[in-house]
Amino acid sequence: MTVILNEGDSAGTAGAASGSPVDAAPEPGKAMTRGRLVFIRFMRNKLALVGLGIIVLMYLLAFLGPLLTHWTYEDRDYTAFLEPPYADHIFGTDKIGTDMFALTMRGLQKSLLIGLLVALISTTVAAIVGATAGYFLGVADKALMWVVDLLLVLPSFLIIAILSPWFRGKSWWLLVLMLAAFQWMITARIVRGMTLTLKEREFVKAAKFMGQPARTIIAKHIVPNMASLLIIDATINVGSAVLAETGLSYFGFGVQSPDVSLGTLIGGNAESATTFPWLFLFPAGFLVVFVLAVNWVGDGLRDALDPTSTRVRKREKKDTKEKAA
Amino acid sequence: MAGFLLRRLVNYVVLALVATFLAFTLASATFDPIGVLQQRNPPPPAASIEAKKRDLHLDQPIPQRFVTWMSGVVKGDFGQTIVDRPITEELGRRIGVSLRLFLLGITLGILFGVLLGVVSAIRQYKFSDYFATLFSFILLSTPVFVLGTLLKMGAQGLNDSIGSNVLIFVGEETPNFQGNWFEHLGDRLQHLIVPTLAIALGQIAYYSRYQRSSMLDVLGSDFLRTAQAKGLTRRKALMKHGLRTALIPMATLFAFGFGLLVVGGTFTERIFGWFGMGDWLVTGISAQDTNITATVTLFVAVCVLFSGWLADVLYAALDPRIRVN
Repeated sequence: MTVILNEGDSAGTAGAASGSPVDAAPEPGKAMTRGRLVFIRFMRNKLALVGLGIIVLMYLLAFLGPLLTHWTYEDRDYTAFLEPPYADHIFGTDKIGTDMFALTMRGLQKSLLIGLLVALISTTVAAIVGATAGYFLGVADKALMWVVDLLLVLPSFLIIAILSPWFRGKSWWLLVLMLAAFQWMITARIVRGMTLTLKEREFVKAAKFMGQPARTIIAKHIVPNMASLLIIDATINVGSAVLAETGLSYFGFGVQSPDVSLGTLIGGNAESATTFPWLFLFPAGFLVVFVLAVNWVGDGLRDALDPTSTRVRKREKKDTKEKAA
Repeated sequence: MAGFLLRRLVNYVVLALVATFLAFTLASATFDPIGVLQQRNPPPPAASIEAKKRDLHLDQPIPQRFVTWMSGVVKGDFGQTIVDRPITEELGRRIGVSLRLFLLGITLGILFGVLLGVVSAIRQYKFSDYFATLFSFILLSTPVFVLGTLLKMGAQGLNDSIGSNVLIFVGEETPNFQGNWFEHLGDRLQHLIVPTLAIALGQIAYYSRYQRSSMLDVLGSDFLRTAQAKGLTRRKALMKHGLRTALIPMATLFAFGFGLLVVGGTFTERIFGWFGMGDWLVTGISAQDTNITATVTLFVAVCVLFSGWLADVLYAALDPRIRVN
């Protein structure tokens, strides 16, 4: 869902990125750097802070959580089948006596890891391809625009689902690559648009006339000036990658056994959700809370990084008015 | 304007064809229907496997298979499934089931999404705005497969507390239902409510976010102030000048939104046991059936094509600048 959110939302940050060389200069008399300004704005946004806290906590829990219980995901407790949560199994057990807490942690670990990797890969690819297409235009540019159009007609969910028999039984890394391969395109299109305006700017022209190769100009002058967009995008992409992965895994088109993800847990237990709710509610709860936290952080970052964001401006205006009064 | 719409239509038709070709090719390349057949116990005789290969045109190269399939499609024949049932037999019923869900979902989504967004924007930073924001954030972070199952649990709880099956969440109608036309309608409605809610809630959240921000942009504009200055009431100015302008960027979203809807519909159909196109896609991929997969892709492409084209028509209707050019 959030993939599509990106385009409209990030469009507002175009001003932020192209304006950043100006913002970076400290205001006279005050040691206020852009980084500090962004930090202060972000810290003021309570929801974003809560979201950040949740994300950090979730990653810690995913990797350290298994240490909190003496059960592992491979253990079978033959005295407890389909038991609702109680002291020994805090998330209850499933029909073969596996501890749901250990299982949920294992699923969480895989889902979060896939989300992070996919976001990093796809944002990097988007930056490179988008900037290159925008800088050189021509055939590469036409191809990019066309592929994005095509993806509107043919959802990536469908393509990966069709390809799933091919990567069944192979490493989950293939799934990461597949998800990343279809997530970069819309961002790349926004990056392309921003490159079109950036390359007309004086500092890029100066670098060009000094004889810098295009590769250096893109890496040193164009991409760093879109940092705000890329940071926001990478954040939101973690959420959308987790959603994409769980959606595919729900049908068995994503993560394959013996690996477990939140999606396979939710998919496997959705049928029995009305009779054994704990099997479904715990993995689903972790998924929803994590994606919600990512969206809050993405929203907070957007407000903090974007000088044209009306919400921040209005709040600052209100603050100065209050101070004056 | 007719030229503009015609150009867009041609563009979409080409896209739909390419999308279907791509899906067909990918499916043919990855699926291994013979492998599925050979795993049967007892294994079928070699002669019948050879016959099956000929039936499925597996002896031909993939592009030729596509041409064979496509020339059938033009004549209204979508080929056979791997278990030798003509696809056309089921197609009409399944499309009906899916379209009922999609059209209701998107109508409710747009109607209430736009309403919620406009109210949020007009009453910015009031309680109702914060409430709507929180509501849509939570819904956007909840994937359809979680939301659907949660609604199912809720409906079960409601039914239990009332003591009768008011909301039915399995299937799209009671099998062998006896009754007159009116009772049939009532039965369908009972089946319809929960799945429609599952698909519409996400759409409402999605559209309301965009409508809110596009309405906020319009609220600060000069022409709205002018409209009020020349004597229009605020309500009239908002509805006639504000809303209409704020709806323009929304038109583009419909095309995006429809892809989302189709993927969401797949989950909804599976969760609530509706035998629509989404359900068929999952069955088709699981059975490694190329013809089913390609048919569903074609359906998705035509849906997105139509909604994209409709968005263009709306765009032209709402924005006089497009009509003039």
